[in-house]
Amino acid sequence: MELTHYLVLAAILFAIGAATVLLRRNAIIVFMGVELMLNATNLAFVTFARMHGDVTGQVLAFFVMVVAAAEVVVGLAIIVSIFRTRRSASVDDVNLLKS
Amino acid sequence: MNDSFVAPAVDWLYLAPILVVLGAGVVGVLIEAFVPARVRRTVQVVLALLATAAAFALVVVLWRDPAVQGSDVAPYGVRVLGGSMVIDPFGLAVQGIVVLLAFLAILVIADRTSTGQDAFAPSAAAVPGSPYEDLTRRKGLEQTEVYPLVLFAVGGMMIFPATGNLLVMFVALEVLSLPLYVLSAMARRRRLLSQEASFKYFLLGAFASALFVFGVALVYGFAGSVDLVEVYRSLATPGGPLASMPGLVVVGALLVLAGLLFKIGAAPFHAWTPDVYQGAPTPITGFMAACTKAAAFGALLRVLYVVSLGLAQSSPATREDLFVALWVVTLLTMVVGTVVGAVQTDVKRLLAYSSIAHAGFILVGVVGFSQLSLRATVFYLLVYGLATVGAFAVVTLVRETAPVRERVPATVGAGEAGAPDNPSDDSGEQPVAVLGEATHLAQWAGLGRRSPWLAGTFSLFLLSMAGIPLTAGFVAKFTAFGAAIAGPDGQGGGSTWVLAVVGVLASAVAVFFYVRIIVLMFFTAPAGGADEGSGEGAGASEGAGVTVVRSAGPTTVAIAVCALGVLLLGVFPSPVLDLAAEAVKFVP
Repeated sequence: MELTHYLVLAAILFAIGAATVLLRRNAIIVFMGVELMLNATNLAFVTFARMHGDVTGQVLAFFVMVVAAAEVVVGLAIIVSIFRTRRSASVDDVNLLKS
Repeated sequence: MNDSFVAPAVDWLYLAPILVVLGAGVVGVLIEAFVPARVRRTVQVVLALLATAAAFALVVVLWRDPAVQGSDVAPYGVRVLGGSMVIDPFGLAVQGIVVLLAFLAILVIADRTSTGQDAFAPSAAAVPGSPYEDLTRRKGLEQTEVYPLVLFAVGGMMIFPATGNLLVMFVALEVLSLPLYVLSAMARRRRLLSQEASFKYFLLGAFASALFVFGVALVYGFAGSVDLVEVYRSLATPGGPLASMPGLVVVGALLVLAGLLFKIGAAPFHAWTPDVYQGAPTPITGFMAACTKAAAFGALLRVLYVVSLGLAQSSPATREDLFVALWVVTLLTMVVGTVVGAVQTDVKRLLAYSSIAHAGFILVGVVGFSQLSLRATVFYLLVYGLATVGAFAVVTLVRETAPVRERVPATVGAGEAGAPDNPSDDSGEQPVAVLGEATHLAQWAGLGRRSPWLAGTFSLFLLSMAGIPLTAGFVAKFTAFGAAIAGPDGQGGGSTWVLAVVGVLASAVAVFFYVRIIVLMFFTAPAGGADEGSGEGAGASEGAGVTVVRSAGPTTVAIAVCALGVLLLGVFPSPVLDLAAEAVKFVP
């Protein structure tokens, strides 16, 4: 079935997003990785909705978008406040809390 | 086309506890805008306390509701909005625990102690060390947004365990997490650590919720619905376009569980816990340690039971694999929590590792998979929450001091009352300024001599966490491990007793580090205290003394209630255990 291609794409995007979160150093880029994961999820939701022939999945995608937007607001606020304090947005510089 | 809109019927009554809390949160935001600054804090505190108290009362009322408890003719539980919310005895019990603990935590949050300052930055947006921050301190500003934020988090925590819909669960997860990320960044002192804690919590939390929601997507692909009842149905009797892909639902369920285990702080997903618990303002740490864990375990149990019961129908082998994964998580959590906890030198970090270990102990009860294990989990969550809120409340009162030189350091609010904060019991030959919390363990040496009551209650909480008889922790561990030994069929079948054995061994190791603190407090001479002043063991800040600030009242009440609860539940646990036994009625 053609639709499975979209699922594969969603999985690949999700993997790229997860790898970005785990490997990149810049907080903003890490954050973009999270957003990519969420959007991969949206693609999967919409594709599954198409497969099942109901609109629930499309509605779910809207919910995920709204939540992602709320997350951006809080996340950027935290990253900006850290950046203003330390003049750096690298996740490696944030290392005061160690045992 | 049928274009008439049919409004859904909503059983508002059963949503009342949640609506009260979230409504109070919204009113709190309006208070920020419209109430003058002088009385704003008082209004917010009263509103938050009233809202949580009212929510608790409503939970108690609903508990006896025949529709919730069920009768001979009707099953228990009410499904509101087609299962978006499932108000059953289990959900109500977890909601009750959450609001009760939140009430106590708000008492601690609201306390300004004898120093006249709460635990939050005057303006969290000010850059640490900047002139603007100095100004906000001198003006004596207060960040009263804390209370609405806490209420929103509590609202999310109440929805989280009481929903039968994976999407609502995801939204609730975010509603409870986002305020906590912000609250973590708002500490008055050691603001760099606080911001860092918030940063780590946010990035890892966002990652975990992304995993969760992708898992939801896969489960939706398999079942064609995010309703847990539907998921159960498709698992039990596969059908639909993707029924040939059971791998979908297995991966999906694992991702969903990973997201939930992250919130619980179970072992492969625990890395954030010590840092966040240490960096966040201590009253907030107590709040999120106790309440988040209760809410997340409620949600975890719901998902776990649906997946496990469904897989038992269709493919028992897959179910076994899932259980192996859970076992590994449980064992790892207990071992990491106790072993790494044993070498900590910071009180807050130590309590964080203790919380990880407790997540493991609760999981031991969970994997018993029976009515017994549900009862044990509910009881354990209450007991653990009481001891945790109490212990962190004690930590807020033990403070570092520094001798005052020419002027009061910027860390001390000069706006209040003019004179430097001098604790009255410290008949000072030299005025001292009270700084942040003395979290280094060496600074706690000899605390029992100076403030026997405080050290005594802290010891009580530690003994309860260690599981010493006559404290609630013992009964909790006993029921949890008992549930694991009884096994899924309640007859001693299965091999979950192995987990119980490891649990007992881990508890024994944990006793070591709890008792170490007690010995330190009562039988060790103060190292860097008021009488020495050298404090080479302290290492945190040289020349710093340690003092105990007096609570302005609320924290004392919270500590007393927690201590009383821990004692009473330890000596007379049966009434609450009976209540917990009623709470096992469970709509998937």
